[in-house]
Amino acid sequence: MQAPPLLVAEKVTKRFPGVVALREVDLTVDSGEVVAIIGENGAGKTTLMKILAGILPADGGALAVAGKPVVFSTVRQAVAQGIVLIHQELSQLSNLSVGANIFLGREPRTLGWIRRRRIAREAVRIMRRVGLDLSPDISVASLPIGQRQLLEIARALSADARLIIMDEPTSSLSEREAARLFGVISELTAGGVAILYVSHRLREVEAIADRVVVLMDGKNAAELVGSDISHGTMVRSMVGRDISGYYARKPRLKGACVMEVSAAATTAWPDCSVSIKLHRGEIVGLAGLVGAGRTALLHALFGLDRFAHGKVRMNGQPLLLTAPRDAMAAGIGLVPEDRAGQGLVLEMIVQHNMSLASLTQRRRIVLGGAWERTFCRDMIRRLCIDSMRQRSAVRLLSGGNQQKVVLGKWLLLGPAVLLLDEPTRGIDVGAKQEIYQTMEALAEGGIAILFASSELEEILGIADRVLVMHEGKVAGELTRERMTEENVMHLATGQRAA
Amino acid sequence: MKKLAGISGLFLAVFVFTGVLEPNFLTGYNLQNTLRWTGLFGIISVGTAFVIITGGIDLSVGSVVGLVGVVTPMLLVGLGWPVWLTLVMVLAAVLLIGFVHGILVTRVNLQSFVVTLCGLLIYRGLARWITGDQTQGFGMAFDGLRQLAIGRIPVTHSFGLPIPFVILLVLAVASAVLLNCTVWGRYMKALGHNEEAARFSGINTNRMVTFAYIIGAVTAGLGGLLFALDVNSVQPAAQGSFYELYAIAAAVLGGCSLRGGEGSIAGVVIGAAVLRLLYNAINILGISTQLEFAIIGAVILCGVTADEMVKRLSAVRALRRAT
Repeated sequence: MQAPPLLVAEKVTKRFPGVVALREVDLTVDSGEVVAIIGENGAGKTTLMKILAGILPADGGALAVAGKPVVFSTVRQAVAQGIVLIHQELSQLSNLSVGANIFLGREPRTLGWIRRRRIAREAVRIMRRVGLDLSPDISVASLPIGQRQLLEIARALSADARLIIMDEPTSSLSEREAARLFGVISELTAGGVAILYVSHRLREVEAIADRVVVLMDGKNAAELVGSDISHGTMVRSMVGRDISGYYARKPRLKGACVMEVSAAATTAWPDCSVSIKLHRGEIVGLAGLVGAGRTALLHALFGLDRFAHGKVRMNGQPLLLTAPRDAMAAGIGLVPEDRAGQGLVLEMIVQHNMSLASLTQRRRIVLGGAWERTFCRDMIRRLCIDSMRQRSAVRLLSGGNQQKVVLGKWLLLGPAVLLLDEPTRGIDVGAKQEIYQTMEALAEGGIAILFASSELEEILGIADRVLVMHEGKVAGELTRERMTEENVMHLATGQRAA
Repeated sequence: MKKLAGISGLFLAVFVFTGVLEPNFLTGYNLQNTLRWTGLFGIISVGTAFVIITGGIDLSVGSVVGLVGVVTPMLLVGLGWPVWLTLVMVLAAVLLIGFVHGILVTRVNLQSFVVTLCGLLIYRGLARWITGDQTQGFGMAFDGLRQLAIGRIPVTHSFGLPIPFVILLVLAVASAVLLNCTVWGRYMKALGHNEEAARFSGINTNRMVTFAYIIGAVTAGLGGLLFALDVNSVQPAAQGSFYELYAIAAAVLGGCSLRGGEGSIAGVVIGAAVLRLLYNAINILGISTQLEFAIIGAVILCGVTADEMVKRLSAVRALRRAT
């Protein structure tokens, strides 16, 4: 007789005030299997994971682990059954050591005394399983993000996890770190551990998933196995329609040089000088591994950090950048990496967020009058945000709509140069495409766009040329003909492009 | 306006409750007195509200009240300075105090609690040292100036609007305009919610935060002047002590969140009124005054708890509307 599947979820239903997040969703996971869950934002992926991990109670349906029915009302109960969720934002205590983090809340102890030596010994053993060779005593704060991700998996293993749920595990990893993570995943599955993998990055899903479960509007939309797992079918089943020409790149003519950065160095990399020219109407990709200096460069160009040395010219005129307002006055806008922390005031309404950057430039002190309302309404129409929501708090919008509010904020300023830092991070396929279309339209309107992204496929899909950064400097520039994943990765890892 | 419903209801409840139990509460003399005290405390509360809205806290208010309270009579009576020069000096001093607080918080990156706690200690110490702990006052002189604190605009033969309350109303209207109708107010709210996002939007957050501390210190100075003119016998060790807590309490009762970003001036004024009303009710109803702090504390706690409940309900409703 065949053993029952590791996890069976049947007709799981979850209601939130005013919305049904999950409607009778079924899911089966076998031991040693990588099951990917994909779907647009709001499709119910996060809710389903939270229910499986005991963070949220389900309103209906049943769960069974290894054939036995279970009910989780706390995370502890789920962990006891071997189900562990690894959050997108890693939940380590960075002031504690590696060993202490692995055993956090489950410290081996005798009469309340923590057995430090045993923790250290066990920690080393568990970390080996995920390919980490670290001292258990070093502090987590000193680790790069990729190693922290692996540490989180080690922590799950130390709790005897049989099913590890990963929420966007690669969203802040470089390609190399991601590749290492995939290596660990395949070793774990060979050892019988099942992985539930949630990601927006379809190329990764294509590479590692044995089975793909597609959710749409809180329901099972499709299940793909074997050769059906391809980028095209996944996109089609996620949005319920065929997105032909996902990156609908039209040939563009670039205009005059609008911004010139010469021999400039950011304070993070004072020895590396960067020279960049941006022309009207072009989209320039900025690729590189995490920590290669992309964000530092964009921040310096926006006046958030000082350049250690070097010159910036706008339309031939020298530009002194001491604060964001200098950059804004010169027509530079920045859509920052961290939407919630840097891009938006989540508690304020859409209109007030959009107008926030333009208020100073209008040189008016007293608010009121129709301009703010009218300008924002027009911008909302232009960016296709549901116009009913002009006066609701930005916090209540979906990730894609929030990002459009940030874009709108800078478009209201009428910029000449738009700096975008990971503009599509964590937003769904449909909204991504709308953002690409907006970028195209802006370039056609003569705006120069410098666009940093960790997602190679979108850079390759939309940029006219790509600058690849490596350890603080521009390692190389690739024109349209030479823009391939291999060339970008070579430059990003410090090798030469073919 | 919905946000003011809770605090207004509380105000009405205490008002009616006390009025029914003790008709003397409603006499012109008593109401006039309560309004005068509301004016005095309201002035310092409005300034504190600005600091709280930008996400900070000002613990130095009481000591500034004390310092201004002793310095003003010393300059006027002791040194015989003209009134205008004294007022200019006092204004310059509180501007400097607010500016230094702001610089320490924004440029040196100290926490506002620490900065203003040190302010609380320093200004109190200075006030006691320069006076040698001797009580200061205006004596029989400066009657014209003292009218600012003790004067009233007659309405009926037994009731007049106290001047401090009128000053509060003017200040409150100006503050409400600043907070709700100018870019500076928008900036303060935005950076109170999320300072980094405000900075990323090109707002000079350091300047706006410093501005808030200056408003806080100037209103504390104005309050200190009026308090001193009112009591006319200023004890350097006691004048204004704990007033920062009344001001913070009024701001919180009035809907300011210590997390920053939230707050309305009208709410703060009503909050100050509720506190004075409670104080008056305790006295007039013959409740032991030793219970004063306990009662005020309990009412504030009930007030903010109820407010939190209402907020949670409306958040659920907003979510339902949005989805």
